[in-house]
Amino acid sequence: MRYVVLIACDPGDWERADEATRQEYFDAHHAFERYVDERGRRTSSAALCDADLATTVRRDGDADVVTDGPFVELTEQLSGYYDVELPDLDTAIAAARLLPRAYTLEIRAVVGVEGYESV
Amino acid sequence: MSVEQAALAEVVREEWGRLTSLLLAHFRRLDLVEDALADAVETATTRWPRDGVPDNPAAWLHTAARRRVLDRIRAEAMAQRKMPLLVMDAEHRSTATAFADPGDLVEDDLLRLVLMCTHPALDPAAASALALRLVLGVSTADIARLFLVPEPTMAARLTRAKKKIVTAGIPFAVPSADVLPERLEVVAQTAYLAFTAGYAPGSGPDVVRTALAAEAIRLVRVVLVLRPDEPVLVGLLALMLLQHSRRDARVDADGGLVLLPDQDRSSWHQDEIDEGVALLQSASLTGPIPVRAAAYVVQARIAAEHATATSSDDTDWGRVVDHYDDLLALAPTPSARLARAVAVAEASGPQAGLDAMADLDDQLPRSHRLPAVRAALLERAGELDAARSAYSVAIDRCGNDAERADLLRRRDALDG
Repeated sequence: MRYVVLIACDPGDWERADEATRQEYFDAHHAFERYVDERGRRTSSAALCDADLATTVRRDGDADVVTDGPFVELTEQLSGYYDVELPDLDTAIAAARLLPRAYTLEIRAVVGVEGYESV
Repeated sequence: MSVEQAALAEVVREEWGRLTSLLLAHFRRLDLVEDALADAVETATTRWPRDGVPDNPAAWLHTAARRRVLDRIRAEAMAQRKMPLLVMDAEHRSTATAFADPGDLVEDDLLRLVLMCTHPALDPAAASALALRLVLGVSTADIARLFLVPEPTMAARLTRAKKKIVTAGIPFAVPSADVLPERLEVVAQTAYLAFTAGYAPGSGPDVVRTALAAEAIRLVRVVLVLRPDEPVLVGLLALMLLQHSRRDARVDADGGLVLLPDQDRSSWHQDEIDEGVALLQSASLTGPIPVRAAAYVVQARIAAEHATATSSDDTDWGRVVDHYDDLLALAPTPSARLARAVAVAEASGPQAGLDAMADLDDQLPRSHRLPAVRAALLERAGELDAARSAYSVAIDRCGNDAERADLLRRRDALDG
């Protein structure tokens, strides 16, 4: 199964963190990565810029409206993701539990879209 | 009911979960397995009256369902013009014909099925419905009736849960020993959710729906056979049996609610009380046990105090209050505090009870039970005007027809 693990956290957590806390974050991410490597495969991952620096393209009738900011306002914001292959949801949950405790994680299975083939 | 119908009903009731788990262990196709088993039962309803009940009814159903799954997989393969994608575990391949002798492997498969149905990634209400369907073989129509929802609603809920299992990759597996206890706690929570839905319908005409509570008890028994020393399951079964033992006394001839002090104790099910009390003495409950298990055990002890007293007056209310203090230390919920206030009133008089519930309004702003209890205590304390207005608040908030009728009767009696 292929899963995307979406990471949500309070914006500013990282900026406020001191060096020791940042090391704890790194350690947790390394633990996650080792766990996944032992049981499956990492495809990609990324940290994202703060949501207030996002740009939204909204389709309004025939016009496209480009605005500053994210498409939903939430207290927790999407701040990164992992794209991994693991045997099942239990393994994915166990991996996600290794990530820093300040995070809320959303696990989504990747699904094929019928009829679509990439060019 | 004919002999054949009775035999079929019994095998569905007793063996459905085992058959489902066995087929899932072979094929890992939740979508095909359940339909195939339902088809096999359908076939049996016409074949058994003609040919007689087979020697091993469960094995007959298993073979028929297995053929059906294979037919469907072949049809899919033909449609896709490729080899059948049979997902088979090598460990199960050799046992494919060994159903007649259900060994440890089959029991383990049944535990996998229960854990899959009650996975914490599923909505708890849907999980308990799914467990009734896949583990206990209760029909979708009956589950809908038990949960008081229209059949299409329940069918959609079950379909969504099954889709989530397949799409999200919820495994058909027993987790590692470090996670298994917390997963068994979820099994217990799921069963208790169904049980309490049977005993405290928030709305509608019935005071209790004992059939749903009975199915929840059956679910716990199935899992307890597989994990006999699990404290959370032992404590929960004791609690359920002690509460369930009073079912026939809780409703009067007109369908109205009968409260504990007024219940006819001769109609309590003594065998269930005995079993519940015996479970509380189990060796598995001695020594340190997890918090959730302890909460079930303490609630079961409270129920046992009531169940073993010969009358309401004879109840040791001081000990009931002590048990509630233990419960609040484990799980300080507002409803437990309200129940403790009732026990305090019995032990030390209505004013002490009123004092014990004085600061609960903020925590239970919509509950009809809080003003109902307050009204009864005010009535006993002789404050009739205050009791009348408390009954009115309770009547406004109450969504259950029988309970509301009882509250109206009590308010009217104040003026009589």
